Amino acid sequence: MAAEKRYDAVIIGGGHNGLVTAAYLARAGKRVLVLERRHLVGGSAVTEEIVPGFKFSALSYVVSLLRPEIIRDLELPRHGLELLPLESTMTPMPNGDYLVRWADHDLTRRELYRHSPRDAEAYDDFGKLMFHLAFAMKSILGIVPPNPTSLNPKDLLSLLKLGKHYLGLPAEQFYALCKLMTMSAADFLDEWFETEPLKATMSASGVIGTFLGVRSPGTAYVLLHHYMGEIDGVFRAWGFARGGTGAVSESIAAAAREFGVEVRTEATVAQVLAKNNRAVGVALDDGEEIHARVVVSGVDPKLTFLKMVDPQHLPTDFLHAIRRFKIRGSSGKVNLALGELPNFTCLPGVGPHLRGAISISPSLEYMERAYDDAKYGNFSRRPYMDIIIPSMIDPGMAPPGKHVMSIFVQWAPFELNGGWNDEQREAFGNAVVDTLAEFAPNLKNAIIHRHVVTPWDMQEEYGLTQGNIFHGELSLHQLFFMRPVHRWADYRTPLKHLYQCGSGTHPGGGITGASGRLAALNILKDW
Amino acid sequence: MLRGTPFHERTAPLCQAQNWRRWAGYLAASSYELTHDREYYAIRSAAALIDVSPLYKYVIRGSDAVRFLNRVLTRDVAGCDMHQVMYGPWCNEAGKVIDDGTLQRLGEESFRLTSAEPNLRWLCDNAFGLRVTIEDDSDTTAALALQGPTSREILNNVSDADLDSLKYFRLAFARAGNIPVTITRTGYTGDLGYEIWADAQQAIRLWDILMDGGRSYGITPSGIYALDVARVEAGLLLIGVDYIPANRALIEARKSSPFELGLGWAVRLEKGFVGQEALLEEWQRGPAWQFKGLELDWNSLEKVYAEFGLPPELPMIAWRTSVPVYAGAAQVGYATSGCWSPTLKKYIALAHLRSAHAERGTSVEMEVTVEHRRKKAAARVVDLPFFDPERKRS
Amino acid sequence: MNDTYDAIVIGAGHNGLITAAYVAKAGLRVLVLERRELVGGTAVTEEVFPGFKFDTGAHRISRLYPPLVTDLKLADHGLELLPLDPTVFAPTLDGGHLSLWRNPENTIDAIRQLSDKDAASWNGFAALVAKATGLLETLYESSPPEALSKKRKDRWAMLRMAGRLRRLGKRDMVEVLRILPMTAVELLDEWFETDVLKGTLGAAGITGIFQGPMAAGTAYLFLHQHVGTKQGILRPALRVRGGTGRLAQALAGAARSLGVTIRTGAWVERIIVEDGRAAGVALVGGEEIVARQVISNADPKRTFLDLVDPVNLGTEFLRRVRNIKFNGVCARVNLALGELPDFSSLPGDGPHLRGLISISPSLRYLERAFDDAKYGELSREPFLEAVIPSLTDPSLAPQGKHVMSILVQYAPYHLKDGVWDESRCDALGDRVVETLAKYAPNIESAILHRQVLTPLDLELVFGLTEGNIYHGEMTLDQLIFMRPVPGWARYNAPIKDLYLCGAGTHPGGGVTGAPGYNAAREILKRVK
Repeated sequence: MAAEKRYDAVIIGGGHNGLVTAAYLARAGKRVLVLERRHLVGGSAVTEEIVPGFKFSALSYVVSLLRPEIIRDLELPRHGLELLPLESTMTPMPNGDYLVRWADHDLTRRELYRHSPRDAEAYDDFGKLMFHLAFAMKSILGIVPPNPTSLNPKDLLSLLKLGKHYLGLPAEQFYALCKLMTMSAADFLDEWFETEPLKATMSASGVIGTFLGVRSPGTAYVLLHHYMGEIDGVFRAWGFARGGTGAVSESIAAAAREFGVEVRTEATVAQVLAKNNRAVGVALDDGEEIHARVVVSGVDPKLTFLKMVDPQHLPTDFLHAIRRFKIRGSSGKVNLALGELPNFTCLPGVGPHLRGAISISPSLEYMERAYDDAKYGNFSRRPYMDIIIPSMIDPGMAPPGKHVMSIFVQWAPFELNGGWNDEQREAFGNAVVDTLAEFAPNLKNAIIHRHVVTPWDMQEEYGLTQGNIFHGELSLHQLFFMRPVHRWADYRTPLKHLYQCGSGTHPGGGITGASGRLAALNILKDW
Repeated sequence: MLRGTPFHERTAPLCQAQNWRRWAGYLAASSYELTHDREYYAIRSAAALIDVSPLYKYVIRGSDAVRFLNRVLTRDVAGCDMHQVMYGPWCNEAGKVIDDGTLQRLGEESFRLTSAEPNLRWLCDNAFGLRVTIEDDSDTTAALALQGPTSREILNNVSDADLDSLKYFRLAFARAGNIPVTITRTGYTGDLGYEIWADAQQAIRLWDILMDGGRSYGITPSGIYALDVARVEAGLLLIGVDYIPANRALIEARKSSPFELGLGWAVRLEKGFVGQEALLEEWQRGPAWQFKGLELDWNSLEKVYAEFGLPPELPMIAWRTSVPVYAGAAQVGYATSGCWSPTLKKYIALAHLRSAHAERGTSVEMEVTVEHRRKKAAARVVDLPFFDPERKRS
Repeated sequence: MNDTYDAIVIGAGHNGLITAAYVAKAGLRVLVLERRELVGGTAVTEEVFPGFKFDTGAHRISRLYPPLVTDLKLADHGLELLPLDPTVFAPTLDGGHLSLWRNPENTIDAIRQLSDKDAASWNGFAALVAKATGLLETLYESSPPEALSKKRKDRWAMLRMAGRLRRLGKRDMVEVLRILPMTAVELLDEWFETDVLKGTLGAAGITGIFQGPMAAGTAYLFLHQHVGTKQGILRPALRVRGGTGRLAQALAGAARSLGVTIRTGAWVERIIVEDGRAAGVALVGGEEIVARQVISNADPKRTFLDLVDPVNLGTEFLRRVRNIKFNGVCARVNLALGELPDFSSLPGDGPHLRGLISISPSLRYLERAFDDAKYGELSREPFLEAVIPSLTDPSLAPQGKHVMSILVQYAPYHLKDGVWDESRCDALGDRVVETLAKYAPNIESAILHRQVLTPLDLELVFGLTEGNIYHGEMTLDQLIFMRPVPGWARYNAPIKDLYLCGAGTHPGGGVTGAPGYNAAREILKRVK
């Protein structure tokens, strides 16, 4: 029946960006169809009940910087989005001590003071600088990045405006921004702090989803992201969605449907159809063809251009650049169903520290060694982990008295020595649980079920090429006007009427919806 | 839980309304009794005992201590005599005030600096390459302010110090009971008064000694409400209220120079210190703002309220919001603290005024909200402090 | 001394001598003060063992900024530069080896022995390097742009740079912009497949910095080392006939002929600051020398944190100087040899011994070498760059004998446990010889004498803070307008009449003379 219909736009992939694009297009009156390969929408932002009664945010687990304008434009709260606060970050230390950053400034100060009086003060100064920088950077995240090589007056003007904006910053901020762009997270933080667990935990946000260590230059920039969330603090853009991350996708899908978007699940796109060098629709793996005026791909650039589009429609240079696009996966996910809460040796019992993030990142050296393993093709024997216990924030996630634990793990290279298989998956799961049990010894006995997602699984099950959670590494030469490749950072592609809207485009990364929104705005501009 | 100060064991049972507030990460009593009236009058007519332990305290020692402090503070520390206390601000390189506090010269090469906000990082950064050590003893030093006309007699009774010869802004080492204390003739009330510094371990005993010794002299534990009214009368700045520390201010407009805070007298432009260049320039140019007192005109106030059939409603607790000040239709400044002065029987406020409107005697208007409506009441610019009793210095 | 000088230069390193010469050429009376008894800084040749002369500091130079040679008539003062050919020889443990030559055709032939594909890629890669370095060359010839300056002139200079970048053409511009922040591994992996080729090229991207080839910014350093060389010549190296010290002598000769006074054995203890301006220097021993300008060839940390009373400098400036990363990682081992090393993969004497000898069999080898250093340990298998100057310059060693100098990386200045004491110094020497012996087994028996200079020795002997050979790491965050510290990249200082002219300033380290040349220009601009 759908084959009979003609759509204005067909979206490949029902991930959150695809849904955002769909909703914005439909809001502008277009007839939109979203095709999702799996049985549920959300892509990496899904909640799945893998064991009865236990709901897992299977991959993505926190809402990081969901653009406030999307929340407003799509009226997501009306469609069921509830963001709950994640207010603390605890870092257990091997010596039995801990570091917790609380929501309350005084408490955090006192805690930092316990570790280093100077760091307690530097933390405020640092926060203020980062606030300014995040504010300055915001302007580039909300726009289509101008192409500096273009002679198009619009690009030039936009470039000049950006240049003026940045050169107009106070010196301290401008230089800090230059440093952020070029330094490693560790070096940058070394200039400010001396407390190891603080530096390590902060630096972790600089390497999440990258194939880089905390001592690799270029990782400092991502430190900013955390603070961008604070600017939109009232929106609580950083938090946990009630019902798991899937609830974010559900609310966007509900908004989209209300605008008239049609969503088909279990519909696998095999190919983008093209005629006269224009995309005209898609073919599903069962042969069904769906025609539409424009095709928008929410999947990553490699999957889009190397698997779905006939190479004859794409210039050689472009294909070369797409092949060079770096998309090494570096992280895994372990989801645990627990019979009881973990009991941390450093802070025993149930307390507010279990309602926030728990970071296994006791020192920069720990982080760097975890990376070293991955550099040579092994998963970290003692990995960095970012943990939350969603059932502590939203009791609906697990049966009463029981809990779910979400563990983001880094590093786990996609290109594992010997390749990923069931045995390696188990070994990886063991490395995670063993390491965590060093800090919370009751953990092993508390596990009812263990769900391990390797980068290989992310590719096979969730369609993330090489298991890269950001659809392409967030390294400096793959950002802004070079994301995913130069000249095609404006969501357009060399094949007319084919667009991209996924995380592989500017600004990329995390559940922000920014790529999806900007893509839709640009598509509408071309209409 | 927030921390209690070293006196918490004593102050907690006294705090009848459980009316606490935050002060530098500590719990501080807003008032002990259900109204703060008696606590305020203790400051002006007897002796108030105020727990000021949450102040930050740094002990600075070393052969470069004077050079270091001279680099940081705007005052001439080389001219600080042994056992003298100096009050003053310190600035960032742009000449904007970071904090203000008192500096006690404990010895030839040792000082104690107090501040309202943490300053360890700033101090350490400026100490680089100099032979000084900076010790943060904020948590280990307890501090009490004993303020009011009978404070001298109380201290004379409970300590071995000769307070009669201790001049204004001087300090003495003494014993109270057998507890070693430093007594400084300083305070935040603009009255005769002292501050007593001791090891936090001895805090409870010190409290008891003072309370016992002061009973016949009307000693009264007093909270922040009472202190706040007294400090407005004394025209003393409150950080975070009357000015925003330069290192916390998000925008330039929120920063103030010492000249703009009425602290020009504490700036020695001829010596080298952080911010000197910028301040020299500002001084030559003339500061854009002044920090002055406002006395509200009673008749005008009465008229504004009378429109609604009300008598003037007066702030018995000092307010700490920013209130616009006008000259005609133009806004020429803003008041940051204000209260009814029970001693002067006047409604007074501390205000930032554009220099052109800051002359003593200038007529301005201050916004007052009456029955949900914004009104203007006439006020007169006056010099600070509002209240300056002879006994403070004598 | 009763003479009054217009300018005092602290340190007679090559940059100091160059600045002194140019400033004197403009008519100023200049005094150079050198702590050691010989001039040259790291450009020195010393007879360490009787009859054996070593370049104890820099044992090669990559390029001398061209106008220097003519302006200062260095040839007349005895300078003769010898290009190494092959530029580099890299043996591997599996019997292979690779040499890169000055003639690109020879290089391509050599690569073809290992990979046809890589041989085919060579010219394209060389062209890209040439384009990128061409851009850097323009940048290096001038003082760095003041990014935040509101002055029209500075804004223009920035626009001109942008224009120059645009002139590369759209494709090349993007390509250059794209590779600048990359890692050496990323850059080389895009072009080549042969491990030893990538390792040997990649080594240029890590030399002297506390980073492995997998770190962003190493592509930049790779390019930096190739600025000013002809297209197709990679890992270029020049030697000075008679030793690098001859360069210093030529420079000193040129400077003296322009009227510069050079005093050796004169240790500057502090810079005298009066009324906010530099007024002269005080020597150890108490002598004070007055001058209108003080120019420091010492690195920025030494200059601002040791020589200047901190109360004369702003809080933020001091913070920035303290934050300059030094992270010395290099050591030197100098060997007096009874016979030439005999490489298993290419036995006997031959042209290969006349180039740089680079132990860099793969990028992974380099990265692993860095891994150890990251945690404060000497590399188990270090990267080595050796040269046997006596082959081309027999005067450096007794007849039939040889000198071999080896740059060792990574030997971190900051050790995890302990300090660089004698036993660690010996261990370092042993480690280097063992490593080399894997490739040239006769080396152990060929050694007559051995000198080991740890990073701590480099600091003590040459005054290099933390033993960093570049006066501050050459990483992206410490380059161009961020060198030595953001806001003060124009060779000047917050203290009036105080200037910097060393490698800690733009365009940075390596024996090029460009910082000294640029500094002189800036100083003269301000003095006049």
